[in-house]
Amino acid sequence: MAGQATFRIWRGDPAGGKFQDYVTPVDEGMVVLDAVHRIQAQQAFDLAVRWNCKAGKCGSCSAEINGMPKLMCMTRLNNLNLDMPVILEPMHTFPVIRDLVTDVSWNFRAKKTIKEFRPRSPDLPDGTWHMQQADVERVQEFRKCIECFLCQDVCHVLREHHKHDEFIGPRLLVHVAALEMHPLDVEDRVSDLRQKHNIGYCNITTCCRKVCPESITITENAIIPLKERVVDQFFDPLKQLFHII
Amino acid sequence: MPEFERFSYDVLVIGAGGAGLRAAIEAAASGVRVGVVCKSLLGKAHTVMAEGGIAAALANVDDRDSWRVHFADTMRGGQYLNNCRMAELHAKEAPECVRELEAWGALFDRTKDGRILQRNFGGHKYPRLAHVGDRTGLEMIRTLQDHGIHTGMEVHMECTVLGLLVDSGRVAGACGYDREKGLFRLWQANAVVLATGGIGRAFKITSNSWEYTGDGLALAYRVGAELQDMEFVQFHPTGMVWPISVRGILVTEGVRGEGGVLRNSEGRRFMFDDIPDLYKEQTADSEEEGWRYTQGDRNARRPPELLTRDHVARCINREVKAGRGTPHGGVFLDIAWIKTHLPKSEEHIKRKLPSMYHQFKQLADLDITKEPMEVGPTTHYMMGGIRVDGDSQMSSVPGLFAAGEVAAGLHGANRLGGNSLSDLVVFGRRAGRFAAEFAKSNKAATVDEQQLQATASAALAPFDRGLSGENPYQIQYDLQDAMQDLVGIVRTESEMLRALESIRQFRARADHVGITGNRQYNNGWHTAMDLDSLLVVSEAVTRAALLRKESRGAQFREDFPSKDAEWGRHNIVVKRSTDGGMQVEKRPLAPIPEELKAVIEEMK
Repeated sequence: MAGQATFRIWRGDPAGGKFQDYVTPVDEGMVVLDAVHRIQAQQAFDLAVRWNCKAGKCGSCSAEINGMPKLMCMTRLNNLNLDMPVILEPMHTFPVIRDLVTDVSWNFRAKKTIKEFRPRSPDLPDGTWHMQQADVERVQEFRKCIECFLCQDVCHVLREHHKHDEFIGPRLLVHVAALEMHPLDVEDRVSDLRQKHNIGYCNITTCCRKVCPESITITENAIIPLKERVVDQFFDPLKQLFHII
Repeated sequence: MPEFERFSYDVLVIGAGGAGLRAAIEAAASGVRVGVVCKSLLGKAHTVMAEGGIAAALANVDDRDSWRVHFADTMRGGQYLNNCRMAELHAKEAPECVRELEAWGALFDRTKDGRILQRNFGGHKYPRLAHVGDRTGLEMIRTLQDHGIHTGMEVHMECTVLGLLVDSGRVAGACGYDREKGLFRLWQANAVVLATGGIGRAFKITSNSWEYTGDGLALAYRVGAELQDMEFVQFHPTGMVWPISVRGILVTEGVRGEGGVLRNSEGRRFMFDDIPDLYKEQTADSEEEGWRYTQGDRNARRPPELLTRDHVARCINREVKAGRGTPHGGVFLDIAWIKTHLPKSEEHIKRKLPSMYHQFKQLADLDITKEPMEVGPTTHYMMGGIRVDGDSQMSSVPGLFAAGEVAAGLHGANRLGGNSLSDLVVFGRRAGRFAAEFAKSNKAATVDEQQLQATASAALAPFDRGLSGENPYQIQYDLQDAMQDLVGIVRTESEMLRALESIRQFRARADHVGITGNRQYNNGWHTAMDLDSLLVVSEAVTRAALLRKESRGAQFREDFPSKDAEWGRHNIVVKRSTDGGMQVEKRPLAPIPEELKAVIEEMK
């Protein structure tokens, strides 16, 4: 694959910006982040990019590559068409700081609004609990989340409608699901889901699930069961009937 | 004059990996005001990369395990250069710290009767590592993060710390800048906990992320704290070697724990050819016995692939140098072979090692359930660090504490896998507790405004030089090349003297580093600011390695290939001398108390 490729990178800040082309040599096995680093070290010293582990485990290098939300460290160049420029943009759902770096601090603030883990009393005198592997595995799927926020990036409620103040987005719904389905947790977050986090805004287009680099089944395994809990608690016709009586 | 945004805390924690978060949680729980400063976003620290598990003698899987066995294993692994008090506290407190994580929501894999499952790992006599598949570090950091954000701590994300402030010898806080806007900040504090991790970025092939530039070590060194055991850099035996761009990324020891074997290009399991005397009694003498061990047979001894990391790394190095390596300069690590012993081995591997499966599939187009991996040594961990009191974790500078990888002592000359995650929580907790106590019993120190302004001016100088200055990325690459080639797995005096000369030249170039653009999220500037830390730690590693004229643990000297009893009684301490030069000295180990000596003897 050795040769060269063109990367059309968005450069700018909150005031505005534009795409700029960089031609750089590429080698076999390279990922997009390698190319960005090469450009940074040789041509654009102040090119802003956020990254950490470079192994798909920390979720720092999220960006839009040819219009698709992806981790730059896990996107191999041999899976892209290098006859055309590779277009790199920051995530659209969050305010840009500079170049490929966005301000994702909203996610951290929104997480604080979710009631924290509260376990039942320990099962044993030494302060420990018994849990079965099968019960644990259900939640372990959600706990694989690396907080790359790509699901937040594609969520229409956030991306198109900017409901950041009312809606917590798929990442944090997965977080709520992990807490609600935790075998030890006894906290109740169902009324918050409806009233504070507005889970009803989600109309299950499954865009979030499709971009998850950890392949978490966000909609089917996390959001829908949470919606069902809300329905059970607030919209069960039988319960409503009893309520009236 | 540059402006500083000012913050004031009782305890300031620098670093938000496992140790930093655990320290911050502990300090906050005692009711003091806590600030946390981290170089990345919260929850992205290198702890997420830890795969295999957290070592604690819970004795859930093998009831013969106890703190005494764990203590003896840790001391043996460290070749008895460990701070024995830390090894004792670590072995005793790790189980409680694991249970604490569970109480905060961590979900470890379970035994059949519903308790925390434990797995085998190199150097641990019994199955001891609590784990979550092969993503234990992520589970741990997320648990600490999600618990921590509700304790009232204030987190400053994406900030670089440029200097610690001192007032008549004791710590007064720290100053630095936020990476997003490039504006200066002052964090005044009665006590400071350093939890900044390691130094992997001083080397070319490393499993560490860009953050691991040794900042905490350099910050402490500059204000007079003593560093210790800096010669002991752990090269993890199994990093990826292909493709080039992912060279160094970790392949967990868990692969070998689950039955993975190492073979050279001739198909030979070369680890059977070289088993150190210290471990002869505990090592399997046939492939069949080794396999039984990985499958939980209590009467079997471990396969030689699970010998300590320093030894396995050197054996791999030897095979490659002897021309028995793989096409890309590694050896083969094969987990796919277990299909001859296990039905449905593909599903088994995917369930036990999901991230490894994912990592190789995506980055190397390789299916580990079908083909062997190519692996080779990668710079992984710093055993050395800031010299601290074993109980309180306070350094030689009053009010300055250190925990986790940045601190020295627990691991001695070589760390056992799994002892790092437990180190973070055991000593993070202690550092947080004692820092809070120190903060309560001491009034705030005074900030030296001149020191503050001098730090800011020095930080901005590279902007004035612009393109006429040295390229910061290039200096970093050159330093990494030099350290890799001259102070790597196999060391010798002549090469290390050359390394010192190179470091001197890099220092001169770093003094003239230039950058372009503005202060907002300028990666060039950030790289330039990291250079000083990298140079300090590189020099300390090289000087300590030169002084230790023997081979022990992670240090292998080609010119002194044996152990030396005299060196076995000494640590090496590095500190800044009054004239600003680096001073390296031999320091006798503290005597081991009789009762601990007895434990070591009993377990031999």
